[in-house]
Amino acid sequence: MNTADQYVKAIYLLQQMEDGPASTGALADRLGVSPASANEMIGKLESRGLAEHEKYKGVTLTDEGIVRARDALQTYCIIERFLANVLSVDEFQAEARELEPVIDDLVAERLDTIIDRNPECPDCFDPETDACCHLDVVAEHVKAGEQRAD
Amino acid sequence: MSVGHQVDSDHQLARLLQIGIVLEEVVEARSHHHYQSLDDGVRLDPEIEALLEEAAEESAEHRERLEALVDRLDAESVPFEQIEALVEAQYGSTEPDDFDDILYDQLCNEETAYKFYDDLVGALRASEASFSIDRDRLIDVLIGIREEEAQGVEEVTKLMNTRE
Repeated sequence: MNTADQYVKAIYLLQQMEDGPASTGALADRLGVSPASANEMIGKLESRGLAEHEKYKGVTLTDEGIVRARDALQTYCIIERFLANVLSVDEFQAEARELEPVIDDLVAERLDTIIDRNPECPDCFDPETDACCHLDVVAEHVKAGEQRAD
Repeated sequence: MSVGHQVDSDHQLARLLQIGIVLEEVVEARSHHHYQSLDDGVRLDPEIEALLEEAAEESAEHRERLEALVDRLDAESVPFEQIEALVEAQYGSTEPDDFDDILYDQLCNEETAYKFYDDLVGALRASEASFSIDRDRLIDVLIGIREEEAQGVEEVTKLMNTRE
């Protein structure tokens, strides 16, 4: 998945969580980049007609940006489901985040031929847990709890 | 989440090679299925039959080369039977309708595999991490497979053009 797709997907999820525009800071945090990098990419998304940025409010996807974000989210959901259901990876969220930049849409489409994905995808995706709601995310939560206990 | 395009650990490399193995297994299993569906058809097309047979053999051979790499990374491969069962379970909803669809599916297989290996080689070259296996040998193996996928794309395209 290319960088622009990772950004529109992150903006889409943040808009859902914040029920409004995504702030640059939250976007930078979610993607693990500097606010300056996030700002630069937001400018590129604006020039491509995928997003609109309003000073002090944040970034909002255009209709075209939403379509692109939903496609990207579907690809991401395929990666998560593939890791969890085919390779039996417990920490599929962390691994999906690592693999996302290297897995192309074409590859995800082929992996999709062996995955029993739900028809409502990508609405199955829960931005809070960063996972498809049909997958068991207990493992990562338990692990986070254990780390906090330490 | 990261916006980089690098591979920087044995674990991540092993996972990507596992994905390569699964892609080859999907090709192999779908080719077998297509081959069988041709068998049930009214008339066999010898050229398509030969193409599918060759594709399945090539995928099995690529899988063995990837498995040898995964073994050296101390990771496990993905059993072919497991992927075959998944292809079987989902095949009904993704089954090609006719010879042209079969060729198109085969073209997607070859193009996808080419893109996967090309991206992986690019990500490895962009990374400065060291792995348990020799990086040059690893890249050589992946480039070898990628070139065979490129030939596959060419062969399927040629056959599609002769049928137009």
